[in-house]
Amino acid sequence: MSLLDTPVHDLGQRRRSLAQSLHIDPPLLLGLLLLSGISLFVLYSASGQNIDLVWRQVVRLGVGFTVMFALAQLNPAPLKRWAPWIFAIGLGLLVAVLVAGEIGKGAQRWLDLGVFRFQPSEVMKLAMPMMVAWYLSDHPLPPTAKRLAIAGLIIIVPTLLIARQPDLGTAVLVASAGIFVLLFAGIPWRVVTGFAALGAALAPLLWYFMHDYQRQRVLTFLNPEQDPLGAGYHIIQSKIAIGSGGLYGKGWLNGTQSQLNFLPERSTDFIFAAYAEEFGLFGILVLLAIYLFIIMRGLLIAVQAQDTFTRLLAGSLVMTFFIYIFVNIGMVTGLLPVVGLPLPLVSYGGTSMVTLMAAFGILMSIHTHRKLLPR
Amino acid sequence: MAKPTTLKDHFRETRLFTHRAVTALAFTIVLMLMLLTRLVNLQVIEHDAYAVLSDNNRVHIAALPPTRGLIFDRNGVLLAQNLPSYSLQLVPEQVDDIDATIEQLRQLIAITADDEQRFRKRYKSSRRFKPITLRTRLSDEEVARFAVNRHRFPGVDIAARLYRHYPQGALAVHALGYVGRINERELQSIDVSNYEGTDFIGKTGVEKFYEDILHGEVGVQQVETNAQGRTLRVLEQTPPEPGLNLHLTLDADMQRIAEQALGEERGAVVAIDPRDGSVLVLASMPGFDPNLFVGGIDSKTYHTLRDSPDQPLFNRVLRGRYPPGSTLKPFIGLAGLEYDVVDPSASIYCPGWYRLDGDDHKYRDWKKSGHGPVALNRSLVESCDVYYYDLALTLGIDRISSFLEPFGLNDLTGIDTSGELAGLVPSREWKRRVKREPWYPGETLITGIGQGFNLVTPLALASATATLSTYGQHLRPRIVAATEDPDTGDVVDFPVVSNIAVPVEDHANWHYIIKAMTDVVHNHRGTARRIGHDAPYEIAGKTGTAQVFGIKQDEEYVAEDIQKRLRDHALFIAFAPAHEPKIAVAVIVENGGSGGAVAAPIARKVMDAWLLDKGHLSDAPNAGETP
Repeated sequence: MSLLDTPVHDLGQRRRSLAQSLHIDPPLLLGLLLLSGISLFVLYSASGQNIDLVWRQVVRLGVGFTVMFALAQLNPAPLKRWAPWIFAIGLGLLVAVLVAGEIGKGAQRWLDLGVFRFQPSEVMKLAMPMMVAWYLSDHPLPPTAKRLAIAGLIIIVPTLLIARQPDLGTAVLVASAGIFVLLFAGIPWRVVTGFAALGAALAPLLWYFMHDYQRQRVLTFLNPEQDPLGAGYHIIQSKIAIGSGGLYGKGWLNGTQSQLNFLPERSTDFIFAAYAEEFGLFGILVLLAIYLFIIMRGLLIAVQAQDTFTRLLAGSLVMTFFIYIFVNIGMVTGLLPVVGLPLPLVSYGGTSMVTLMAAFGILMSIHTHRKLLPR
Repeated sequence: MAKPTTLKDHFRETRLFTHRAVTALAFTIVLMLMLLTRLVNLQVIEHDAYAVLSDNNRVHIAALPPTRGLIFDRNGVLLAQNLPSYSLQLVPEQVDDIDATIEQLRQLIAITADDEQRFRKRYKSSRRFKPITLRTRLSDEEVARFAVNRHRFPGVDIAARLYRHYPQGALAVHALGYVGRINERELQSIDVSNYEGTDFIGKTGVEKFYEDILHGEVGVQQVETNAQGRTLRVLEQTPPEPGLNLHLTLDADMQRIAEQALGEERGAVVAIDPRDGSVLVLASMPGFDPNLFVGGIDSKTYHTLRDSPDQPLFNRVLRGRYPPGSTLKPFIGLAGLEYDVVDPSASIYCPGWYRLDGDDHKYRDWKKSGHGPVALNRSLVESCDVYYYDLALTLGIDRISSFLEPFGLNDLTGIDTSGELAGLVPSREWKRRVKREPWYPGETLITGIGQGFNLVTPLALASATATLSTYGQHLRPRIVAATEDPDTGDVVDFPVVSNIAVPVEDHANWHYIIKAMTDVVHNHRGTARRIGHDAPYEIAGKTGTAQVFGIKQDEEYVAEDIQKRLRDHALFIAFAPAHEPKIAVAVIVENGGSGGAVAAPIARKVMDAWLLDKGHLSDAPNAGETP
């Protein structure tokens, strides 16, 4: 056994050390590159052959990958030490944006720093799981009821601040990032179901606090045909695009819904519909397979992580990525209300992509900074 | 609730976490399957319904291309218009067998190989639901024949469009320019959405220069369509804004007279009204019919035009750079007076040649026997070269070039049509920069008679002549006088633009030169006397001949042809009435030989047309009737 074992182990060790010296996880990188490639192809078509827009996306991808590589070099240990500080800064910025933020598209999300505009809620997407993981990791798991309550407070405050902006999509993401840490920390299922029931009971209250346009979105979601040229137009056109794509799609650059300008937001939030129209169900299977591959790889990284903090953080980051996918596709196909989340790494857009790539950088860092002990 | 443990149990925590991770994966897969179910539902089960919805997606946004502005001459003669035409279009998506369809269409409508080739090229690159043009400008008969058989051709239809037509044919083609199909390069430089539904764009001349004004603004309409894409009703529309009409300063009658006067010759005629810089005639011959280019010229006709030794596509007025020859002498003479290096009454002796100190080379006069004693007036009247060799040497190249530049001879005139090239006044600095050589005195001599490095376009020569005629007032030549809104009829006049005037030392100097130039035409020894003896008004002029060198000699040419092509270019500049100028003219006849015999009569015809036929001889522009 040991005779056989040693060389195999050595081989693995050597191959791993090559990628490890660069702190890259090749399978994860492959998945991300595939998504980026698909993104550029679909964007070219969905933007009406606007090559400038494609180049801008290339630049953004470049920035994203650079951030990812940079974060991958960082040891996760300091990340844990900084977690409360990053969270505190993020919280401060969220308050600042409510007081002095820029208003764009009817919502107050941006903070103008002179050089560039910046969305503090993006910071919270990473700070939230770090903070909750930091808070729970120094004590035995599953957490006690008291610690759970404090963790709940940590989650709720920033979520409400973001929802007030109002940015429902990001609020959902930030809240779920925190909740996933709790789930990975092993809170008992009956607690989970209890909270779910409480949430359902509080839904009418939520309705009360919603902005008009958010209520409109929910109503539209419930019955899109009610207002086909107004608010329901997005969903109807999107469903027509997807449905008419069929099994094989209409072919690249041949999607009538997107090319003839029927499909709104086709480069950004509704890019999935443009993709589904031109590449059909088979194209979607390929896309979902790539997403699933990335998620599985991410969960494997989480399982192999060597301490509680990195484990919880990795698990939460991966599952938040999935929430992105699920909410976006759910919204475009009419399963969920329109909440305005991009399709991760495929939609045209800058800030959220950089945050996502930062998350993948952290995952790579966690995986490549392990101390490999032969078992 | 959680069991209270004080010690961290790593193995237990790891196991718990792994368990949760597996649950998370299961959760992910379940949700993904949910999405997939939804997608299968949309794309497979309900596919047909959605495909129909997509096919006849009711609201269709269609562009309403604006009507291009018309172009008129100064008297309202139509030079460019838009005519309706029918073209045959094919929507690839709705045609099962493209090849067979084209073959069947051939039974009804003439489709050339060029048409088909162009169609196939576009077929490859365009999207399948967009109509592609197969044939343009169907005859009424072809339209009727297709209409009867339309049911046999699903996906093929006839579309009515406007196309550009130039009713005067080749007249003033090099000034007017023409439109043609928008090409890839032009697509980069235009606002594509404003050209949605527009096939043509100005390619040359006024059509190109004023593209923005002529084109107008695209309109948009939301239409309800049926499954075949036919419009059922218009829901909402923003009408297009038509392009503005242009009123040119050109006079079509005079332009025709000038072109006919050039006849079979190659050359250029420019006439400018010195009072406001209006270009009356801008003729470059031979020309071509711009209508050939509108629908896409076939390659055979194009090659014939391109390869013709007469170069009909070459814009001689704006891009032909010729040595000014002796037409430069009045300017050099004026420089001598203004710099005070010439005593107009002092004669020098012309033996028929000139020699520089310490140089064996003989600079010859065109008159071998020499002119004898020559003063300034006679030097212009008889065009004595030796006098100007001497004067140029006295002035020196620096003063010559700085004197000529304010006349615009070293620059673009800035005329408002596209394609103009700048002339050249050589200078020491220019030669060092471009030729990397010092300036030689011999080059000053030949500059004095308008040879050597000197180059001028017919337009710039006419403009400089106008400037000379008005004692240095330098107006920018202009070809568009006004725009007119076709809807409201509002006319906006374009302003006269003055360039920096030529500095004047003494008006008497200018008067002296102009007097000498009238003697060129009206004195019995003048080189242009043949147009002067019967002229009912006073003309100031100057003949010129420019040596032809460096001509490309194609071996195909027959001997006589080469002979003709090596002859000198004939030039003539003039303005009239000499002391109250209303027209300034420059004529160049390539290989015409003598300026006085060939070029001057053409200028006379143009001036006659303006001053006599158009009644401009009397004071005010439109006061022909009043005494």
